[in-house]
Amino acid sequence: MCLFQFQSVMNYFPEEVLEHVFDFLTSHRDRNTVSLVCKSWYSVERFSREKVFIGNCYAVNPERLIARFPRLRSLTLKGKPHFADFNLVPDGWGGHVYPWIEAMAKSGINLEELKLKRMVVSDESLELLAKSFPNFKSLVLVSCEGFTTVGLAAIASNCRFLRELDLQENEVDDLKGKWLSCFPESCTSLVSLNFACLKGEVNVVALERLVARCPNLRSLRLNHTVPLEVLQKILVRAPQLSDLGTGSFTHDPDSETFIKLKNAMKNCHSIRSLSGFLDVNGRCLPAIYPICISLTSLNLSYAPGIFSNELIKLICHCKKIERLWILDTIGDKGLGVVANTCKELQELRVFPSDLYGVGNTAVTEEGLVAISAGCPKLNSILYFCQQMTNAALITVAKNCPNFIRFRLCTLDPIVPDAVTNQPLDEGFGAIVQSCKRLTRLSVSGLLTDQVFLYIGMYAEQLEMLSIAFAGDSDKGMLYVLNGCKKLKKLEIRDSPFGNMALLSDMGKYETMRSLWMSSCEVTLGGCKTLAEKMPWLNVEIINEHEAGEGEGEASCDDRHRVEKMYLYRTLVGPRKDAPDFVWTL
Amino acid sequence: MGTKHDENRLEYEETELRLGLPGGSLKREFSQTIDLKLNLNASMASSSSPHHQQEKITAKPPAKAQVVGWPPVRSFRKNTLAVQKDGCGGESGTAAAFIKVSLDGAPYLRKVDLKMYNSYQQLSEALGKMFTSSTIGDCGVKELMSESKLIDLLNGSDYVPTYQDKDGDWMLVGDVPWGMFVGSCKRLRIMKSSEAIGLAPRAVEKCKNRA
Repeated sequence: MCLFQFQSVMNYFPEEVLEHVFDFLTSHRDRNTVSLVCKSWYSVERFSREKVFIGNCYAVNPERLIARFPRLRSLTLKGKPHFADFNLVPDGWGGHVYPWIEAMAKSGINLEELKLKRMVVSDESLELLAKSFPNFKSLVLVSCEGFTTVGLAAIASNCRFLRELDLQENEVDDLKGKWLSCFPESCTSLVSLNFACLKGEVNVVALERLVARCPNLRSLRLNHTVPLEVLQKILVRAPQLSDLGTGSFTHDPDSETFIKLKNAMKNCHSIRSLSGFLDVNGRCLPAIYPICISLTSLNLSYAPGIFSNELIKLICHCKKIERLWILDTIGDKGLGVVANTCKELQELRVFPSDLYGVGNTAVTEEGLVAISAGCPKLNSILYFCQQMTNAALITVAKNCPNFIRFRLCTLDPIVPDAVTNQPLDEGFGAIVQSCKRLTRLSVSGLLTDQVFLYIGMYAEQLEMLSIAFAGDSDKGMLYVLNGCKKLKKLEIRDSPFGNMALLSDMGKYETMRSLWMSSCEVTLGGCKTLAEKMPWLNVEIINEHEAGEGEGEASCDDRHRVEKMYLYRTLVGPRKDAPDFVWTL
Repeated sequence: MGTKHDENRLEYEETELRLGLPGGSLKREFSQTIDLKLNLNASMASSSSPHHQQEKITAKPPAKAQVVGWPPVRSFRKNTLAVQKDGCGGESGTAAAFIKVSLDGAPYLRKVDLKMYNSYQQLSEALGKMFTSSTIGDCGVKELMSESKLIDLLNGSDYVPTYQDKDGDWMLVGDVPWGMFVGSCKRLRIMKSSEAIGLAPRAVEKCKNRA
């Protein structure tokens, strides 16, 4: 039945039926789609929508959100552009959550869940959040900043039905306060608690008591200050855990405490996900061997202290692993062991351990090839490597046609094929040609316009593309803009793409979430033209240098290259919280 | 790949606007690469010398360490790894840090690996266990038979735990964060307080107050 016929049939049903049908649509994309069908569907959908995802907090504003979705219970917001993770966005750029919380509080929204990524979260925001929403259940903060343990104390004290407090890789000012002790005795509802990113000590007695009174606790991730003896006591109290992040994991393996820990571990039959080891002694690792066989997710990427051979011994026990995050200290040989052992592997991330030196411990194309050959279910990879070859990538493409995410990062951004000295165009070309379901791609190494020709031609499902130090001319960027119909996010740095590429298809940017270009060839004039012609885009220029006396004029010259440009589609015009160094054209 | 590729080629050549790069950085590099290739001998083909290759080819951009935001690793991760490296005194995490431990009155010294422990409390526990061994004869240390008693004593006023740091100075244990202590401690001496009079009297006071 085509949509029109279906619609007219559906219109004979009362709204409650429509609403019930829409309940089955959980993906926000599906819900967005049905809301476009007709006015009555739009209306039913908006009153029944409880979960909203906003990929760019400046694309809409809180008022519009609340007006459209009055029954909102769960909100996900993303703030800063992705390259902010790598220090390319100066402090104070924006992405404040306070206005959102304030608006929802004033409008009586019954907020239960809030998930934020790359946003600025102040203690005031957390306090307001904690006091305004009596049914608040879940707070997830990823790569956020701006708050201290005072804000966490407010959450702990006031959110009576808190189920989840999940802090992932945030920059938190740890005032060494007693936030953990602020969970009242009446708080027994915790299901998930993750404070691994905090730097300061917590009250371990309060922690143990909290764990003891929360029978539904499934996920617990400790920070590095929690010693092994406390971990042991916690495991005794909470053997039902399914996700564990150890704090420090170092102790005398002959001690009584350690033996008790081993026994406690053996009793934890439900642990499927393991992380932490923020401070680890390799000789303590055997304590986890009994649970390794059941693990589906293992993150050792914050444990530089584990030698390759200890890591390998550990991996041999992990036959059911689906997600593995490790450091390149594992080496190609270690990856070979992973390939032989981890047949269920779906996602692999290999992070660099040596960020400042030359790094002899890094992995090469050999490791990647081994993994691709041994792990048939592999669909997502992030791989930092010393070198790569086209031949290896072509082999990987043949072995793994199922990649959804493929991110390769050579430690030297423009290193050519290690054997032939050619650019890596052909290798990445093979990847995009073979992996028809690829939605995310990051390229690196020596690359010409050719690789973008391939990407434009073959990467039909591509939604996010990251480019650095690549290409020869505007053609490169044009291939991508013209070819990748589903492109949502494009981020480019240090590549020779200029106004011609930027302005060739301005309407394209309204189909995308955002475009980032830094240290490219676009000029102020080009950006101005774009901003003029496209009222539904915010074209922001980040100008970090103070316009001095003589400089002021030069930097306003249209021929001047723009250092950093970030543009995004928006319904609400230029943002009002832009700092001095951000010009919205 | 054939036809479509050619079509695209044609279109672009017609409308091509070449933007010459100031200094032509990346483009030139590529041609440098090609030139170099002709001069490369068999040794370059081996993948065991990638670093060697990189040194020859890379003129721009600046050396790895100077490129902002490369490799693209979240600052949180970078900072965490940096701290971990420092905390280990610049050595890898599992390199042992064995130091001699002497207890005044005990017949012989012991050795402990400081990397085994994560806090003063853990170390104290381990030392307590170590020095209650029955091999300690009667040298005025008989009363130290029970582990808890030893810990009490270590924490109490009869004994003062001290250590010698990198500079050769004798310091009171417990003043600095654990990680820093591990990095600077060269040997441990658990002194009788009577001997410790020679140390800054403040040190003894501190120890008493801590109990």
